[in-house]
Amino acid sequence: MVSKYDNEMKLEFLSKSSNEAFARIAVAAFASQLDPTIEEIADIKTAVSEAVTNCIIHGYENTQGIVKVHCIIKNNQLIIEISDTGVGIEDVNMAKEPLYTSKPNLERSGMGFTIMQSFMDELNVESVVNLGTKVTMKKTIKQSLKGEDNQNNICITA
Amino acid sequence: MESNYLKEDKTLVLKITEELDHHMVEKLRRKADYEIERHIPRKVIFDFNQVSFMDSAGIGLILGRYKNISILGGQLELINVNEQVEKILNMSGVLKLIKINKEECA
Repeated sequence: MVSKYDNEMKLEFLSKSSNEAFARIAVAAFASQLDPTIEEIADIKTAVSEAVTNCIIHGYENTQGIVKVHCIIKNNQLIIEISDTGVGIEDVNMAKEPLYTSKPNLERSGMGFTIMQSFMDELNVESVVNLGTKVTMKKTIKQSLKGEDNQNNICITA
Repeated sequence: MESNYLKEDKTLVLKITEELDHHMVEKLRRKADYEIERHIPRKVIFDFNQVSFMDSAGIGLILGRYKNISILGGQLELINVNEQVEKILNMSGVLKLIKINKEECA
């Protein structure tokens, strides 16, 4: 198989909450080849955690299903697709509103999509009721600037 | 999570040692509420020194405890909050209700 991307990986796992940490750490490890800053890695981990949690508690409503994570690297850009085949979202725009939650009794803050939106460069949500939801997030990791910074640091310390 | 009740000050210090995601928050909520109901403290301090990760589930945990503590007439304070956690707290408006104490490093 020849990939049209610079790099690509796929994960599939059961919708168990103990897999939330596994998913974000796996994506962060994959992203690390783009040489992101600590802050960029933290942003990616948080966004992935939000999306995977949504699949588990909203998509599958704590029943068993499969969560899929597909990551692509293309020209310094990380593309993350996280999908479920759960109940879907009736009104995506309403779901994206800050502080909106369909499950206030679970102490959910309603900030998931807001966090994904602000921690990543782009967020796209596709959903069909009773078929599932796919969240696509993109983030460009700036390479050249950091390279220069590193060189400067070496000069200073030398 | 480690809990420490300072009797003289009626202060309950809850030191969070886990990553604050949906999975861990379910467990921590029960433990925190148990300690709060047991002591009815005047002040509860959440120590974030060892929190290396937090997502929106952490906001739910903090706001939920804030509500319970307020009903019992107590105060909630956050200490040793790192930049990433502060960014999320700020974004969600939690900091309008709950203060981060930057001086105390208990």
